[in-house]
Amino acid sequence: MRETERAAARRLNDSFVRELEERARGIRAEVVRMIARAGSGHPGGSLSIVDILTALYFARLNHRPKDPRWAGRDRMILSKGHAAPALYAILGECGYFPKSEFLKLRRFGAMLQGHPDATRVPGVETSTGSLGQGLSVGVGMALAGRLDRRDYRVYVCLGDGELEEGEVWEAAMAAAHYRLDRLCAIVDFNGLQIDGRIQDTLNPEPIPAKWKAFGWDVCEIDGHDFRQIIRALDWAAGPKGKPSAIVARTVKGKGVSFMEAQVNWHGVAPCADEARRALAELGES
Amino acid sequence: MGTAKAIRDGYGEALLELGRDDRNVVVLDADLAESTRSSVFRDAYPDRFFNAGIAEQNMINMAVGLALSGKTVFASSFAIFATGRCWEQLRNSVAATRANVKVVASHGGLTVGPDGLSHQCVEDISLMRTIPHFAVIVPCDWLEAKKAVLAAARMKGPVYIRTARPKTAQVTAEETPFAIGKSVRLRPGDDVTIIACGVMVEAALEAAGDLASGGIAAGVIDMHTIKPLDAQAVMAAAIVSRSRSSPMAWALVDLTVSATTARPPVDSARPTMTRHENRSGDSKCWPMPMVAPMNQKTSASSISSLHVVRL
Ligand SMILES: Cc1ncc(C[n+]2csc(CCOP(=O)(O)OP(=O)(O)O)c2C)c(N)n1
Ligand SMILES: [Mg+2]
Repeated sequence: MRETERAAARRLNDSFVRELEERARGIRAEVVRMIARAGSGHPGGSLSIVDILTALYFARLNHRPKDPRWAGRDRMILSKGHAAPALYAILGECGYFPKSEFLKLRRFGAMLQGHPDATRVPGVETSTGSLGQGLSVGVGMALAGRLDRRDYRVYVCLGDGELEEGEVWEAAMAAAHYRLDRLCAIVDFNGLQIDGRIQDTLNPEPIPAKWKAFGWDVCEIDGHDFRQIIRALDWAAGPKGKPSAIVARTVKGKGVSFMEAQVNWHGVAPCADEARRALAELGES
Repeated sequence: MGTAKAIRDGYGEALLELGRDDRNVVVLDADLAESTRSSVFRDAYPDRFFNAGIAEQNMINMAVGLALSGKTVFASSFAIFATGRCWEQLRNSVAATRANVKVVASHGGLTVGPDGLSHQCVEDISLMRTIPHFAVIVPCDWLEAKKAVLAAARMKGPVYIRTARPKTAQVTAEETPFAIGKSVRLRPGDDVTIIACGVMVEAALEAAGDLASGGIAAGVIDMHTIKPLDAQAVMAAAIVSRSRSSPMAWALVDLTVSATTARPPVDSARPTMTRHENRSGDSKCWPMPMVAPMNQKTSASSISSLHVVRL
């Protein structure tokens, strides 16, 4: 177990969980502010992945924000790139870049584009936005880690709608074939995509059974419960000769009552009044 | 020159050298290792070869992950699958991250005739040219292919190389220089210049031979790099041939040159080529824009097919 994990494992008590919850609250508020200011973006899928990303970056990832290219770092790929605001808020909070960049989200020429651009943003491992590609990149990174005899882990966050992409399953097959047990896929299972519920669009269920059939170790959790998220990440880290999939039940738009489980909040920015109400609910004014 | 050999064989030979000299070189294929010749690397360095199976899109993005972790990655399939099926992966993941991925695709063009429509690929060069940050190379024989692969490995960033399956003549020599973006003049001749790439270079040399017996001195340029295009060589050839031609031919040359220079064929990440300046003081056809003088000349000349042929 690495240093960060030892420390975190020791601290997986009530006060540490409260600390993470407080961080996630602040991240959610930043997501709302950023998207409202930009006037466009994807609040639903950003808010559903916040707790998972918070647990990764503040409790489990072995990373050095001041040295983003450090060869031994764990990699996190946001394959569902439209949730970029959540990732940006967290990377900024970690100190990868000045938070003043938040003000320029989605502006022409800015560091923080609508979808993550690895050539611009320190801490972004690969450019995403076109769904279905991130897991394949993760497979390549995990293979490289093995070739270089490094023990870094690779995490890939996918949407549940994204699982409809064929390339995801090509990558799933490859990861199992090459027994990449340092690779972990995390599915943000919020049940919604753009055109509606996943089961009404192109049903990817049963999701855990599919990963299992492709040769992965699978666990199902509540993606908003920090204890469950961290236990699942630790479970995934064990050497088992196969990759791990964490299927995390989440609520799209989590944390803002009028956005929760609403398909129409996938890709629209809140107006000024909506943003005010959202921030008030998140305990900010 | 040397014996006939398939262009793809140059890929296998280069990979063998690269594997020996550089532990960082990794090779992927999609169940076509024998056909593309990546099998040569697989057999010599099995620990650094990964078969992605018949899953090309995943292969390209595996290459991205490996490259972003410091590897020099070669990924191979047939041209139609590597570029056609994976164009968006090549654009949104390889080019978008400037990943050090070299896509080497065999069976380009119509040279796989017997396999039919599904395996022929005349579109790969156009498809790859449209993607920023990609260099596009079409070697003309196995030896040039070998040099191209070695040069691609030395260069950081995305490269596409098209190879071919049939045995074709060796038209370059061991000492023929190779640099990405710098064409090779394989035959002198100023009446007309034939610019070709890939297997068509051999055909161009044959045609030049035929023309010579008709009293026409045809030069042949091996334009192995399609992007960044060696615009200077094109313009130099155009200027030389223009001086020997009719006004109508001049007009066509000017048109070619203006099309070449209107939009620099090089993207900003690469060393830019110097734009051709007005050196000769020939203000009638230089510099751009060309529209007015070109029209004048067109109307001033009597158009006949002879002029076009003589160009
Ligand atoms: C290849 C591709 N097709 C379509 C889109 C447009 N798109 C953006 S988000 C989205 C829905 C994603 O749904 P899901 O994966 O469930 O994400 P989440 O619910 O977490 O937002 C679509 C279709 C895209 N970005 N990429
Ligand atoms: Mg979803």
